[in-house]
Amino acid sequence: MKSPHIKIPGTTIFDGSEARRGYALNKMCYSFNEQAGRDEFLKDEDAYCAKYGLNAQQRAAVAAKNVLQLLAAGGNAYYLAKFGGIFGLDMQDIGAQQTGVSKDEFKAKLVAAGK
Amino acid sequence: MAKIVGVVTTSHVPAIGGAIHKGLQTDAYWKPFFDGFPPVREWLAKVKPDVAIVVNNDHGLNFFLDKMPTFAIGTAPEYKNADEGWGIPVLPSFKGNEDLSWHLAESLIGDEFDMVTCQEMVVDHAFTLPLALLYPDMNWPLSVVPININTVLFPTPSAKRCYKLGQAIGRAVEAFEQDLKVLVIGTGGLSHQLEGERAGFINKEFDIKFMDSLTTDPQWATQYTDRELVAHAGTQGIELLNWLTARATMSGKVTEVHRNFHIPISNTAAATMLLEHAV
Repeated sequence: MKSPHIKIPGTTIFDGSEARRGYALNKMCYSFNEQAGRDEFLKDEDAYCAKYGLNAQQRAAVAAKNVLQLLAAGGNAYYLAKFGGIFGLDMQDIGAQQTGVSKDEFKAKLVAAGK
Repeated sequence: MAKIVGVVTTSHVPAIGGAIHKGLQTDAYWKPFFDGFPPVREWLAKVKPDVAIVVNNDHGLNFFLDKMPTFAIGTAPEYKNADEGWGIPVLPSFKGNEDLSWHLAESLIGDEFDMVTCQEMVVDHAFTLPLALLYPDMNWPLSVVPININTVLFPTPSAKRCYKLGQAIGRAVEAFEQDLKVLVIGTGGLSHQLEGERAGFINKEFDIKFMDSLTTDPQWATQYTDRELVAHAGTQGIELLNWLTARATMSGKVTEVHRNFHIPISNTAAATMLLEHAV
């Protein structure tokens, strides 16, 4: 039985419809588990994105390295983390980028949550 | 006969792997987290478990969306860690316990939990880091059985279903004919959210309620749907399903031997608990 889902602000639940939209992008990111995949991407980003069949929205989001755009294109946080890793971005970089604050401000917010 | 000697639950934030590698355990940022482990290690040295059942969630190392099991069990002779893509060091491999794995698979499927069995499985930080925190020399003194719960693709199994799975694992262990001391480990959590405009969400109050519930009212969290758990604990806070499953393997009264809770480690409310049967 399917019940109506609650809405959570600022959150996209990665369900079947997201998985369906984001498959190519997520599959490319999954390939970044391998050093060879990361190297090949860095050598020729266009060719690598084409190899995985990214659509225009996904391709633009990858070019912009913009996490909210990547999520909007069907990306899943766990696979996108592997994409972020290529550029040495940690979770506070990614958090700051998505919430529109500096990394220090984002870290301060995390500390404040423990008070 | 086999018996469950205790349950250890702990966060598995990837950055912990980097901190271990760089030897930052006593660094001001990390100390409040790593200080949570000596009491657990003392308990382990005294109890000496033979095997660990590790309830964890893969993050896109072993499983991809091409095949995404809701519940899976490792039935392999060995489990290797591998490159996860963002540079934390690969840890030594783990010896499987095939006898217990196949017994659990048979018993759980007989009990109407349709586990996917995996004769090959690589394990990621959700599996390796808790073991490295418990056994810092990484010369693993026990064999392992991984149990994987899907927390990547929604719907996840419900908290209620995970609780029942834990109970079924507990029954299966108690019916296993080998004399084994079994430790159950639940990894991940507590509240955190990595993605979206809500990234950085942490809910201290909910985490404390959840930890308290594991001894006082263990089925408390089963009232929530997967999305309600996300609302309360963040998208990755749903990993508390691993904790709940691990807790449910113990029947009867349970005592909290130890707890550590520190905010933040990376983007996460980091917590560790040790539970054993009340005497």
